[in-house]
Amino acid sequence: MTRPLAAQFLPHNQLQRLLDTLHHSGHKVYGPQLRDDAITYAPLATTDQLPLGIEDHHAPGSYRLQQNGTQHWFDWLSTPQGIKPLLFKPRETLWHATRDATGAIHFTDPASSAEKIAVIGLRACDLAALKLQDQHFLSVEHTPDPFYTERRRHLFIVAINCTRAAATCFCTSTGDGPKCDVNNSAADIAMTELDSGFIIMAGSAQGTHIIEQLALNDADEAQLNEATQREANAIQQQRSVPSQNMRDTLFAALDHPQWDDVASRCLSCGNCTAVCPSCFCYSEQAEPQLDGSSTEQTREWDSCFTQGHSYMHGITVRHDTKLRYRQWLTHKFAGWHDQYGRSGCTGCGRCISWCPAGIDIIDELTLLSTDKGVADDA
Amino acid sequence: MMHNPHRPHRARIVERIQESGTVFTLRLEFIERDIREHYSFAPGQFNMVYLYGVGEVAISIVSDPKRPQQLDHAIRAVGRVTNGISQLQAGDTIGLRGPYGRGWPMEKAKGRDVLVITGGLGCAPVVSVINYITQRRDQFGKLTILQGVKLPKDLIWRDRFEQWINELNTEVFLAADKGDPTWPWHVGLVIELFDQMTLSDDTIVMMCGPEGMMRVCIHELLLRNIKEEAIHLSMERNMQCALGQCGHCQYGADFICRDGPVFSYDRIKPLFAHQGF
Ligand code: SF4
Ligand code: SF4
Ligand code: FES
Repeated sequence: MTRPLAAQFLPHNQLQRLLDTLHHSGHKVYGPQLRDDAITYAPLATTDQLPLGIEDHHAPGSYRLQQNGTQHWFDWLSTPQGIKPLLFKPRETLWHATRDATGAIHFTDPASSAEKIAVIGLRACDLAALKLQDQHFLSVEHTPDPFYTERRRHLFIVAINCTRAAATCFCTSTGDGPKCDVNNSAADIAMTELDSGFIIMAGSAQGTHIIEQLALNDADEAQLNEATQREANAIQQQRSVPSQNMRDTLFAALDHPQWDDVASRCLSCGNCTAVCPSCFCYSEQAEPQLDGSSTEQTREWDSCFTQGHSYMHGITVRHDTKLRYRQWLTHKFAGWHDQYGRSGCTGCGRCISWCPAGIDIIDELTLLSTDKGVADDA
Repeated sequence: MMHNPHRPHRARIVERIQESGTVFTLRLEFIERDIREHYSFAPGQFNMVYLYGVGEVAISIVSDPKRPQQLDHAIRAVGRVTNGISQLQAGDTIGLRGPYGRGWPMEKAKGRDVLVITGGLGCAPVVSVINYITQRRDQFGKLTILQGVKLPKDLIWRDRFEQWINELNTEVFLAADKGDPTWPWHVGLVIELFDQMTLSDDTIVMMCGPEGMMRVCIHELLLRNIKEEAIHLSMERNMQCALGQCGHCQYGADFICRDGPVFSYDRIKPLFAHQGF
């Protein structure tokens, strides 16, 4: 066991050394960057590429960026996608098949493409969602997925503690944030940004190993106080889930009139499931070459909002928006408790910001749990 | 790369039997000896059958588990994959992986009367139960088979039903919504047959078919004091991975491919009355 490191101080002008150290230890580094009016993760070589002095503002159906005049790199809160696309790829090949002249078929695995990846910028809600994806894709009960497992094994995480909250954030109420629990999360390193640098802490032996190479000083009291104060800003969240366990409430409200109401606004576009860091559904398809000599089986993210998701020989089980919205919400906030021992929501607020109709799941959950449903009237 | 559970294994079509206009049985055998010899399954479990370049489908295994090296799959040609598979001949190669899911509670059924209910266009999952019991007749009590169809021509395996009627300690009840001169059995609804049956309290029920039919049958069974936990249903949903991963087959918190396809009624009751799960 390595001795836990005390919190150390990383001056702003030394962040590049952290990136270099990660590069030298064989990682491809991903970090937040400004692309098409959004902050997204992309390969990162230098700190110049980071979004300097930019905040994101969220509201139902809205996301916009603003300069705030600071020298902070991490004043933004959530990227449209968390880490999900780097581990559970939006599209990938599961296996290949070939057919020779005699008609004999052969199946082969795709070549391994796992590389060591380090990601800098993930938040507490992202780490909690990563744990949920791990439960789904690594668990032995569900057969472990070889593609996810390989990438997950090679992942190094530098997490950032939030120092503000958006109008759509509610991780405090789900119990997942805003501060990263460095001793009990997937973070190898967690940092809090100050005006002049970062408080940096190790969450794993590999994290300790990287930090040690930077030969930093322990953080002093003034720096630790500044961190605590800045972290406190993030706890001021305006939204909260009615309860951390809505399982019984939602399963008792399957005939609630609110489902009709939300269905009249929902476009069934699937944006919410696409940005949700815990959603795991995918569909498979065969993609044959024109000459028939080879074919591959691929998978692509799917959503319970698509028509095909519940299709079976001629019947679409969830044939309308109401049934699809109910599936999304009852899976996320009810079924997940039975499947994985907690709700599938970590309070990131993405599904609220990216809903083109501005549907706010907190409002929906609140109405579903406070009004009397049709079933209860009986 | 670590074990890739998504990838099928090669299997040979040993025999192809046309059962009715659209239903056919494929007898399959894994080509790799190692896979073939380590394979075992239970009645009610299924395999994923892959047609080259087209895709996979979940198909119930209907043959006897004591002969796991040759696996019978009863397939109805209804979609792109199954229509394609129906064109294949003995000797052709396809992909196969499995077995998946939890099958029928055959151990729990030992020594008890068994009622098998099926409807619609022939239901492969329960055929495995009937075959299993008729091969081990002394291990079970009375076997009652209840099947409802819309039209007489929808009854596939008619010759087998006629055979089962003559089995020891076995009763067969058949109903068609509309009759014709070839139909010697009941004309009308399947639930009308419940009054002709005598069910002991210790009867264990195994059923599959359209959910609407299963719903009315459950109602009749509960009226006749059959316990919820003695009623077993084979459920069907969109299945793609069969590994509890892709999410399509979720039924509330259950993954039908892994936690099912066979469930006892008490487990799925809260959702069964609702559309859309
Ligand atoms: S349900 Fe919405 S708020 Fe919760 S984790 Fe998913 S995207 Fe984030
Ligand atoms: S069923 Fe819907 S809510 Fe559940 S994981 Fe799949 S896409 Fe997400
Ligand atoms: S078929 Fe994919 S989860 Fe069941």
